[in-house]
Amino acid sequence: MTSLQEAFTKARIQWDKLQDSKVPIFFVGAATCGRAAGASEMLERLRGYIKAKSVDALVIEVGCLGLCYLEPLVIVHKPGAPRVCYGNVGPDEIIAILENHVLGNDPCAQWALGKVTAGELEGIGDFNEHPMLRRQVRRILRNCGLIDPENSYHYLARDGYRGFLKALEIGPGKTLEEVKASGLRGRGGAGFPTWRKWQFCRNAPGETKYLICNADEGDPGAFMNRSLIEGDPHAVLEGVLIAGFTLGASQGYIYCRAEYPLAIHRLELAIGQMRELGLLGENIQASGFSFDLTIKKGAGAFVCGEETALIASIEGGRGMPRPRPPFPAESGLWGKPTVIQNVESLGNLPLILNNGAKWYAQYGSESSKGTKTFALAGKVERTGLVEVPLGITLKDVIYDIGGGIPSDKVLKAVQTGGPSGGCIPAEKMDLTVDYESLTEAGSIMGSGGMIVLDEDNCMVDIAKYFLSFTQEESCGKCPPCRVGTRAMLSILERISAGEGEMADLDKLETIAQTVKDGSLCGLGQTAPNPVLTTLRYFRKEYEDHIEKCRCPAFVCSQMISYHIDRDRCTGCGACARICPVKAISGEAKKPHVIDQHVCIHCGACLSTCPDVYAAVYRRSGELTRYEARREKRDKTN
Amino acid sequence: MDFGKEGSLSIEPLDKILASVPNAGFGDLIPILQKIQAAYGYLPPSVLMAASSRTGITASRIYGVATFYEQFHLEPHGRHTIKCCRGTACHVRGGRNIIRAISRTLGVEESETTEDMRFTFETVACLGTCFLAPVMMVNNDYYGHMTSNKVKDILERYS
Ligand SMILES: Cc1cc2nc3c(=O)[nH]c(=O)nc-3n(C[C@H](O)[C@H](O)[C@H](O)COP(=O)(O)O)c2cc1C
Ligand code: SF4
Ligand code: FES
Repeated sequence: MTSLQEAFTKARIQWDKLQDSKVPIFFVGAATCGRAAGASEMLERLRGYIKAKSVDALVIEVGCLGLCYLEPLVIVHKPGAPRVCYGNVGPDEIIAILENHVLGNDPCAQWALGKVTAGELEGIGDFNEHPMLRRQVRRILRNCGLIDPENSYHYLARDGYRGFLKALEIGPGKTLEEVKASGLRGRGGAGFPTWRKWQFCRNAPGETKYLICNADEGDPGAFMNRSLIEGDPHAVLEGVLIAGFTLGASQGYIYCRAEYPLAIHRLELAIGQMRELGLLGENIQASGFSFDLTIKKGAGAFVCGEETALIASIEGGRGMPRPRPPFPAESGLWGKPTVIQNVESLGNLPLILNNGAKWYAQYGSESSKGTKTFALAGKVERTGLVEVPLGITLKDVIYDIGGGIPSDKVLKAVQTGGPSGGCIPAEKMDLTVDYESLTEAGSIMGSGGMIVLDEDNCMVDIAKYFLSFTQEESCGKCPPCRVGTRAMLSILERISAGEGEMADLDKLETIAQTVKDGSLCGLGQTAPNPVLTTLRYFRKEYEDHIEKCRCPAFVCSQMISYHIDRDRCTGCGACARICPVKAISGEAKKPHVIDQHVCIHCGACLSTCPDVYAAVYRRSGELTRYEARREKRDKTN
Repeated sequence: MDFGKEGSLSIEPLDKILASVPNAGFGDLIPILQKIQAAYGYLPPSVLMAASSRTGITASRIYGVATFYEQFHLEPHGRHTIKCCRGTACHVRGGRNIIRAISRTLGVEESETTEDMRFTFETVACLGTCFLAPVMMVNNDYYGHMTSNKVKDILERYS
């Protein structure tokens, strides 16, 4: 075992050497998102080339920088030059960068996103000035994409475990005070003040206490926790140590979804490294504090993100919630006082301890302090993982950071909080991102999913989508949730099929209220939010579906009919060949027709018809929609 | 459920798994099932019954857990597994159409396996690559920015 002090020294030396390395280095973003975008093939080419030509260069796999839409991302260190970040780097680009920039004199400005370190380079600006980064405050994500997540020395060199050492120094009581002063609230959804949960647990009788890190991340469309673990696992683990120490816990669990194999792998590695460094086990750093950690793989049930269900799952049973009180802080895992904390909440702790509560609370609004990560996705130009100060407006996130809506479409709404949240309409984009104002608007902050919707999204369909999710994921224990979500879903299905009645809207609201009030756990209590917010802000769209039998966004397939414009159709036959039910007929080179009785509304003809003709059009109620026609195919594109 | 046709399954892998978890109790049940699934590719009923008699955990408890979690399947999987994302980011970019197209192409519904055992078709809550929406995976390969017209060509690459 290396002593921690020794490790700090070695880490410092290793890190400094890396900073002004005499050898070129490629920092390749190889988290799940980078790999999905082709980083693996690029790495293979790069390594092959380096080996074949005996180039003296290092390749380091790092986490995600958050500009996912530009993946694969690479930061290139060329001795004597500032480091440069490149985007959309495929196998050919990486070789070109190696040959022209690293071994030559052309910095390949055409692929450069910016300089990561100081210095001048012809035609390349600062990476921090990139429009997606300029407004961000990257504190929790400070290391993601910059350090090797599998090398504990990188973390140590960047102030790693200093927060924990600080906690050991000041003791549990003062640590709790510091966290209280920081104003940290839970990042897993509900926003409960972290210190208060800790105090309950500390005051609960009994020697044995547990800490659980909730890495179940069940929101379908969010990946903040995965990204943090993959990019900087020690930051989360240091938070676990700080919390465990403050609570006087002897054992911690990390409950991570099994669908995150890379995250689990990195956690396992990091836990091994902590043992090596004397940061786990008996009498840690001679402080008298003993603590160990176990990873538990979730088995794929959304409700297991709920704390009492999660506990049931760790205990080996079916993951069903139970009534609270008693709260887990009094009686949790195996009946012992237990605190459950989200990954990102824990990731904040090293920062708070190391820099102090005051520093931490610099950012944020009155009631919501610090920064928060969001997975920005949907109809927005720049998708990825962002970290912003709480209190920023939605508009700033979507337009300044996200770059607005693609293809000249119009923003319709923003969905936050996943299945427990709601849709905030375009006219409310001045709303600030904090716990209170999002709740007031009918949504919730949630864990950080932020999905942008444009005019082509139907709000009835969105409500139906979330309800079918919660209905399926309801564990079925309590009737309001089990029966109520099903009842709401069937009404929504009727409406989107054109069979709704106006009375359905009141019915929806009544059931929603019952489910909200009568359900046992957060899943049921929040499941109506998507329905209630869309009803509140987009009632007209519901009425259109019911009274005019039309879906203005052209989404609800049963309300859409497909037709072929005789004047545009040249009879190329592409649609007839693709139609899965052979509903399209016509002679070659003559206009075709769609048999409405056979058509299953799949839309294959619409996407197949060459856009020079754009002959397939749609109708919904009295609305007709043609596709844009492009006169000539643009060969350069 | 047909217990007959898998009577020939070896119990050896199960023995190894149980040996690695001495005095297995309730808390070990999910990890044990995860290991059984990794070893056999699914949870064969005969192996579950053997696990029950060897650990003393009742069969009803084992089945209760095995059927609660989405990750576990009691039927063998096809040679290739398709995972199509049904997450929010994919949904708002037309993910539903991709799911329909896969279903149509293979003639099976979600969480079913084709008769020739070539594909098992699953949908998952989020593949964590929302910037590629809509996304599907075949085994370990990602396919982003999907359109329903691409489905057939992609699936033909897997035999
Ligand atoms: C249905 C449901 C799913 C949840 N899923 C998660 C999750 O995936 N991750 C998470 O951290 N919290 C989730 N929560 C919230 C947890 O119950 C709990 O409040 C949280 O982990 C507490 O940590 P925090 O105070 O650090 O936010 C979920 C709650 C409900 C009701
Ligand atoms: S509210 Fe729903 S998910 Fe929660 S316990 Fe009741 S039935 Fe189960
Ligand atoms: S919603 Fe499909 S990958 Fe996230």
